[in-house]
Parts: sequence; structure tokens; C-alpha cells
Amino acid sequence: MSITQFLFYFLTVLALFSAVMVVVSKNPVHSVLWLIAVFFAISGHYILLNAQFLAIVNLIVYAGAIMVLFLFVIMLMNLNASTEPQKNNWLKLAGVIAGGCFLMVLVSLVKQANELNNIAVTMGTGEIGLIKNLGKALFNDFVVPFEISSVLFLSAMVGAVVIGKKA
Amino acid sequence: MTLLAVDWLLIIEKLVLIAIIVFASLGIALYTTFAERKVAAVLQDRPGPNRAGPFGLLQPFADGLKLIMKEEIIPTSSNKALFVLGPGLAMTAALMTCSVIPWSSHIEIFDRKIDLQIADINIGILYIFGVVSMGVYGMMIGGWASNNKFSLMAALRGASQAISYELAMGLSLIAVLMLSGSLSLKTIVDGQMAAGSYWNIVYQPLGFIIFFVCALAECNRTPFDLPEAENELNFGYHQEYSSMKLGFYLFSEYINMIMSSAVMASLYFGGFDVPFLDESTLAPNIAAIIGVAALLTKIAIFIFVFMWIRWTVPRFRYDQLMNLGWKTMIPLALFNMLVTGALILLKAGV
Amino acid sequence: MQALTNRAQEVSRKPMTFMERLYIPSILKGMAITFSHIFKKQPTIRYPEQKREFSPVFRGLHVLNRDEEGRERCTACGLCAVACPAEAITMEAAEREVGQENLYREEKYAAKYEINMLRCIFCGLCEEACPKDAIYLSETFAPANFTRTGFIYGKDHLLIPNPVTEPEAYAAAKGQRN
Repeated sequence: MSITQFLFYFLTVLALFSAVMVVVSKNPVHSVLWLIAVFFAISGHYILLNAQFLAIVNLIVYAGAIMVLFLFVIMLMNLNASTEPQKNNWLKLAGVIAGGCFLMVLVSLVKQANELNNIAVTMGTGEIGLIKNLGKALFNDFVVPFEISSVLFLSAMVGAVVIGKKA
Repeated sequence: MTLLAVDWLLIIEKLVLIAIIVFASLGIALYTTFAERKVAAVLQDRPGPNRAGPFGLLQPFADGLKLIMKEEIIPTSSNKALFVLGPGLAMTAALMTCSVIPWSSHIEIFDRKIDLQIADINIGILYIFGVVSMGVYGMMIGGWASNNKFSLMAALRGASQAISYELAMGLSLIAVLMLSGSLSLKTIVDGQMAAGSYWNIVYQPLGFIIFFVCALAECNRTPFDLPEAENELNFGYHQEYSSMKLGFYLFSEYINMIMSSAVMASLYFGGFDVPFLDESTLAPNIAAIIGVAALLTKIAIFIFVFMWIRWTVPRFRYDQLMNLGWKTMIPLALFNMLVTGALILLKAGV
Repeated sequence: MQALTNRAQEVSRKPMTFMERLYIPSILKGMAITFSHIFKKQPTIRYPEQKREFSPVFRGLHVLNRDEEGRERCTACGLCAVACPAEAITMEAAEREVGQENLYREEKYAAKYEINMLRCIFCGLCEEACPKDAIYLSETFAPANFTRTGFIYGKDHLLIPNPVTEPEAYAAAKGQRN
């Protein structure tokens, strides 16, 4: 077992365990913190795939900014395990059915995708995740979608300002 | 022997380097607390701590001993696990920054070239950003887990302040990155050291000022020390903490200060470069030692300026802080970025 | 309204100019001021080694004086207790026995003489009231104590050392006063 494999399994176990904890935790703040752990594990996977830029941007944007805002909201709303509304049993049943269907779809997707079975993921060799290649790809091949998404962000920002002004 | 087939020598070398740098930063932070008190004293016409040891030099150890001996109090209504996690997280995030700072060039021991930088990753600056954004969690978790209104308010203030100033900091950095064409701190420093090139401060005075102000805000130093504004929040986010847990929070602030000084020195003041000295003519080991000394001197100067500002400028009000961050710093940083980009294009002759 | 001093300044309410709104010049000015203080003389007195000199009119702890032969001057007349505005002084008088002439100067002496230092306001009226120059206020102050009773000073605290047997201690306790 090489060190890469060892790290891969470690990160995978960490990611799955944290993801389960996100769902299982009673306290919403704990859930958010476990979610941050998931992001860390996924960033670790990115680094194993030699996509350092993606890894660190994942941390900065998701773990560093978005999750902080999540924490803000949860801390200010003072959601505790006790204040969590009691869901009735029908709602729980509906949730189980919906989640089960989604899981079934995912499993069948993975099973049917033959291409996935034949591709061995090459660890630590890919070049596309490096910032130089990523930048070139974004600004040469995908420049139109990239700019459109930035316009989308701009409109979201303007919208936030407009709502803020109204209040 | 194929199990974990790695260069063991490299791992040992890096571990030794990590240990040295971490303990050196802790030691420097220890004496930075002493320096803070001394600087405050001389700026206010006082002698400062002068009882423990000659010139009071043993004072930080006395302070540390006092902190360790204090009773460890965990409030009963707090969230215990997170209450303990908070200071640890703050300290870890503060110390993690040091891994991408090039402390000097390389030294040679037994024909082995050892870089005095823990990891020369090609996204060094982004790594620092990631770690800085993690530092917010130490504050937030600690403030929330204390189960105290004042702590929570202070933690929220601190976090929103950190997020706001991170933006301006990143934008001011982009100009430097455009100049050097790399995200690796080592490459940036090498670019400034090369013959015929000047330190980045010559090209980026405005960017440096923005970065410096944001660094003050990120380290929660006066005039941006709102998370611990005594007059309205008692003691801020670490109000419920005592003993070494409080010490960790206070210490991590000083380590953050050292690290941001090191980053500023590397980005704008040539890192371990000594002005008007050609390092390549010296033996590598001597050059490395001179480099470390040069970087430490620059860090010391920055820390002095941090303290000097702290004992001069009063604290902002919170709305003033947010106005400065969003309405002044970010537009200025954008302007700086645009002008730099335009000048680079002009020079390239497009 | 007339200003009390010529240092008073009218508050300016006009909007700040651009340079003022930049704040940087004023911040630099402030930093120059603090920096200049590095080179200023420190007025600090390093206490246990250095002591600030008492003023010649300082009124500290009371001392019950003796004459040159080491006899107590106090005759327990009670004038000090009457003069005391804080009613801090109490005493009990006793007659001098035969053979005690070397101890007490007058025929009547204070068997008990107590001053409550928590009540005393160190006004020095007792010193002025004394016809025998037996009490005066010295150049020390009352040290801290753990109990209130510890601040009630009896003769054992107040009496000056004997100038005949312990001249150095007498001189030290007497201080600069005549």
C-alpha cells in the first residue's frame, strides 16, 4: 500500500464519517462543523489528484466563507436540539422514501456507467487542476460560460444590495 | 519495504524544520508579548516590566507560568468539546501559516541541499488565505461555545470583520501576483532578489498600504480590535476562558502578527533579501544565515510598527470599520489592481 | 460667555476636507508624537530602591517623643484627644511611682495611649495642641494590615526608641524634624 493509497482511504473514511455525522448530529452547529470537516477531506482528495488550486479554493470559498455565514445564521437564530421542531411520522416516512429513491438512482447510475469502470483514477499526475492550466482552459476554451457565470454572480450581488436597500 | 515508499531523509528533514520553525515562532511570540509591554511603556514614558531577570527579560516566562498555574474553568452551560476545540483551532491556524514562508535560501549539510521553507507549493498565497479564513473558526467556535452573549457578539463581529477585510486583502494581492506572475512565495521573493529588480513596495505602495491595513484587521490589532472591545463587550470572545486556553487565544494573536509580518516582508520587502548585497557571491550557508537574520529584522520592524500603531490610534466604531473595509479598501484595491494591470500591459507593448 | 482660560477653543463644525477625511496625515502626526515619547525622560521612580522624598510639611504616622535623657514627655493631659477632630486618640493616665523618674518626665504619664489610624485624618492638630512637645507627626505612613484592630496603634507602636540606649534607631525615627 503506497502512501497515496493510504491517504486516499484515510480521507475517504473521514469524508464519509463526517458526512454521516452532518446528518446525524442533533445540534445544527455541530452539523455545520462536521460539514467543514467534509470539505477538508474533499480538499485532501483534490490535492491527491494534483488539483491544488481547486483544493484551496474549495477551502477558502466553502469552508472559509460560506460555512462562516451558515454558522452566523445558526448562531444568531440560537437553534438548539430542544428548539428543533418535532416532525411528525408521516414527514419522516416521506423523507425516507424520497432519500431511498435518490440513493437507488445514484447506485443504478454508477452501476450502468461502464465508462467509469474502465477509467482508473491516476493519482498525483493530472495537470488540469494546476492554476496555470485551469486559467488557460477557463479563459480560452470556456470563456463565454465563464463570463456568463460572472455576470450571474454580479446580478446576485446587485440583487442583494437592492434587497438590503429596501429593508 | 514497498510499504510507504517515501524518502525518509526528506521526511526527517522536514520534521526537524517544522519543529524548529514552530518552536522558534512560539519563542518569538513569547517575547513579542514582552516587547508589546515594553513598547507600550516607552511610548508612554514608563520603564515597563523590569523586575523578572535583567531588564525584565524573564517576564514572559513568569507570565506563562502564571497562565498555566491558573485554575482552568469550563462554564457548566458551555459546549465542552467545542469550548476546548476553539483555542486549539485558533493556535493551529496561526501556526499553519509558517509552512509556506521562505525563511531563507537553502543550506548545505553533508552535500544535502535543504530548503529553509517547509513546503514550496505553487499556490502559496492561496494557502495562506485558506489558513487565515480557518482562523475565524477558532474565534467563532470559542465565542459560541462559551454560551455568553458578549462572547457570541464579539465572535460574530470578529468573523464578519475578518471576512470583509479578507476581500480587500486578496484584491490588493492580485496586483503583486500580476507583477511576479506566480503564487509561490519563493518565486515572488526570488523575483525581488534578482539583480536589477526592486522590492515590490516600489511598484506597489498603495497595494502595500491596503494590505497592511487589512493585516491589522485580520490580526485583530488596534485600531481594529473590535472583537475584544472591553468597553462594550467586556473581554470579547475569550471572556469565559481562563488559564492556558486563554493563553492560546492571546498567543495565537501574536503568532498571527508574526506570520502576517513575515508575509508582508516576503511580498513587498524582498523577504530574506538584504539590500545592496549580492547573496550569490557568498557561501550558501552564510548567505542562508544572513537571509534568516534579514527576514527576522524585517519582521521585528513590522511588529514594532504594529505595536506603535496600537499605542497611538484609538479603536474604530463598528460602522466605521465596515465602511472603511467595504467602501474604501475594496474600491481602492480594485483601482490599484486595474492600474497595475494596465501598466503591465503598456510595458509589454500590447 | 467669557472663557476661563485663553486655552479654550471654539468647536469647529464645518465638514472635513478631503485631506482630513483621508486620516492618514493625522495618524502619522499622532504616531510621530508617540514616537517622540521614546526619547523623553521617564518620570518613574523605581519604588523599593528609590523613594520619593517627603515634603518638609508631610504629616505621617504619630510618634510619642522622649526627651534627651530618654524619658517620655507625655503627661496625659488629654489636650490632643480634645483637639482631635476625628476623635482618634484615647488615653489613660497614671501617677508616676517613686523610682520611675528615669522613665517619665512629668509626675503624671500615659499608661495607655492609643490612636486609631483608620479614624485619624493626619491633620496634625494634636501636634499643635500638645504643650509638652510629646507628640508629632513623622515622615512615614501607616502600613497595610489584615485586621481593623491592627490599625489601633498603642504605645508600643508610637513610642520613639530611647535616644540614650538606641541612638541610631532614635535618629531614624525622628527623621528630618527638629
